[in-house]
Amino acid sequence: MADKVYRVNMSNLSYKIEEVPAHWMGLGGRGLTSTVIAEEVDPECHPLGPNNKMVFAPGLLSGTTAANSGRNSLGTKSPLTGGIKESNVGGTMAGIMAKLGVKALIIEGIPEDDSTFYHIHITKDNVMIEAVPELVGKDNFFVLDAMEEKYNKKVAVMTIGRPGEMKMLISNISVRDPKGKLRSHGRGGVGAVMGSKKIKCITVDAENYKEVTYAAPEKFKEASKIFTKALQENPISGEGLPAFGTNVLVNIINEAGGLPSHNFRSGSSENAEAICGETMAENIKERHGSTTHGCHAGCVIQCSQTYNDKDGNYLTSGFEYEMIWAFGANFGISDLDQIAKIDALMYDLGVDAIETGVTFGVAVDAGLIEFGDGLRAFEILEKEVANGTPLGRIIGGAAGNLGKLYGLVRVPVVKNQSIPAYEPRAIKGQGITYVTTPMGADHTAGYAVATNILNSGGHIDPLQKEGQVELSRNLQIASAAVDSTGMCIFVAFPALDDPKCLPALIDMINARFGINLTADDVTNLGANILKTEHEFNIKAGLTSATDRVPEFMKYETLPPTNAIWDFTNEEIDEFWNF
Amino acid sequence: MPNKIKVTIKLFAQYREGKFKIDKRSYENNSTIKDVLDDIGLDLGKYPIGVLMVNGRHVKEDFALEDGQILAIFPKVGGG
Repeated sequence: MADKVYRVNMSNLSYKIEEVPAHWMGLGGRGLTSTVIAEEVDPECHPLGPNNKMVFAPGLLSGTTAANSGRNSLGTKSPLTGGIKESNVGGTMAGIMAKLGVKALIIEGIPEDDSTFYHIHITKDNVMIEAVPELVGKDNFFVLDAMEEKYNKKVAVMTIGRPGEMKMLISNISVRDPKGKLRSHGRGGVGAVMGSKKIKCITVDAENYKEVTYAAPEKFKEASKIFTKALQENPISGEGLPAFGTNVLVNIINEAGGLPSHNFRSGSSENAEAICGETMAENIKERHGSTTHGCHAGCVIQCSQTYNDKDGNYLTSGFEYEMIWAFGANFGISDLDQIAKIDALMYDLGVDAIETGVTFGVAVDAGLIEFGDGLRAFEILEKEVANGTPLGRIIGGAAGNLGKLYGLVRVPVVKNQSIPAYEPRAIKGQGITYVTTPMGADHTAGYAVATNILNSGGHIDPLQKEGQVELSRNLQIASAAVDSTGMCIFVAFPALDDPKCLPALIDMINARFGINLTADDVTNLGANILKTEHEFNIKAGLTSATDRVPEFMKYETLPPTNAIWDFTNEEIDEFWNF
Repeated sequence: MPNKIKVTIKLFAQYREGKFKIDKRSYENNSTIKDVLDDIGLDLGKYPIGVLMVNGRHVKEDFALEDGQILAIFPKVGGG
């Protein structure tokens, strides 16, 4: 059976199961979501109005036995940036959708009756849309439990908590992972779009799917073996990530003076040793947690973990570098356990680690909270944000808006989206990615940190301008292509340094579909995706004048490197010359 | 001119196992990072050098150290 497009119209609570248009056939993940948004969504529409859509699409290799192929893409117009958004996530959704033959799930419209929220359940031949008043006002783990009770335990679940229902700009869409924990479609306030469509949760049947088929099974198996070996033999994906998690970055980024601290006043933090990956790994070992946990089936990297408290009781999992940086270095909490408690609460509420953490950093400058006061931050999230009080709405409106409300100048956002855990002044290639990516400040869009700091794919001096635009462009094109395959972004590390990795990835796509893509075809795919997204943004009003860092970075030097943002507009705009 | 230099050495990730996080050591004038690596005896076969920094700037193994500098030694690490 050929894959289908499942189209749900929330305006009249109806659905259609459609043939896949020929020109969408070769697309998956980000390539498909960005194409659909560009074709079907008016760039000038209000992101929370009836004319915005949400498109969920598994990657080209999702559902196969390929290692690390379980990423699902979501496309929409972001209420935070006002531009196009692609956000991809692990969890079980991508694999189950692919095996059920769901090429894409497109959700459009807004119900006339907005007095309740709905649950969408997808099976092979049917889409059920049903009001769930009993889930309104509940958070993510409650919804997970309810869905696991209602269906087979393996059911794929996506859900929003109360901040998503209230259409807050810090809200995510949370996705069940293989151990019943959560991962997040993060950034851009995508939870608010789901809330605007009055959808509380989406489930996909995990009982009646069929394994995906391969045009050339033997060739697939062979390429898959080479690919898996490349992931396992690479020192980063094979050793560092499983041992220390993504949080291994705290020390190296801090040492290079690129760890934003005290709301982007400094590039190094006094808390680094207390919150670093090495300390975290020691805690995990002492407290009988686990340093390895895969966010999706088939992951051989296992960068996630189970983090327990001092008494060995579960605190959180999916405890990532960005979260620990945002609350540890940038907002100033020195106690890793306290950050873990906030992390668990944020997973339950479904709010974004980077957006929320950076907002708390700006909130210090606004006089709303003391630097490093984790207890108060927890309380604000639990009582104010979760209940939508005026203070909760101010925090939930994200850093850019908070800065405007309080008349602040030091507001670290690009296209109104908070800057992640790498300082653009001290890691200039990454800064070019932040200003040029159509996503707003996003570290995953073109991870120049790899070559600026980590010596992956060679080395380009992070403090010099030379070569950064080209580096970021190449990485952004490659990332757009990888985001279309369903592959985890960390395949980039072996791909940058192991010549066997990328050819094996392309061989798997070819063997799955019986096609003959070349490396050039894949590069062209990535370039076309970027151009499609860029064009949407320009029509939405996000012209090159928004491809800029916040102005304070152009006149405030950053200790300890005393770096400044010194790119001219012409140098930045050269990015789009391809 | 003293004929010894003092260097602060910081180790990270797997290099800390059985060694130290931070230490101050003395070396002959004109010692390079290679000399320091020989002195510390890291398991470079198992965990090859990823990044070397002196005072926060990337350098190579043949870098000649000066008195008072901070040397940071990382195996290959990454995340995101």
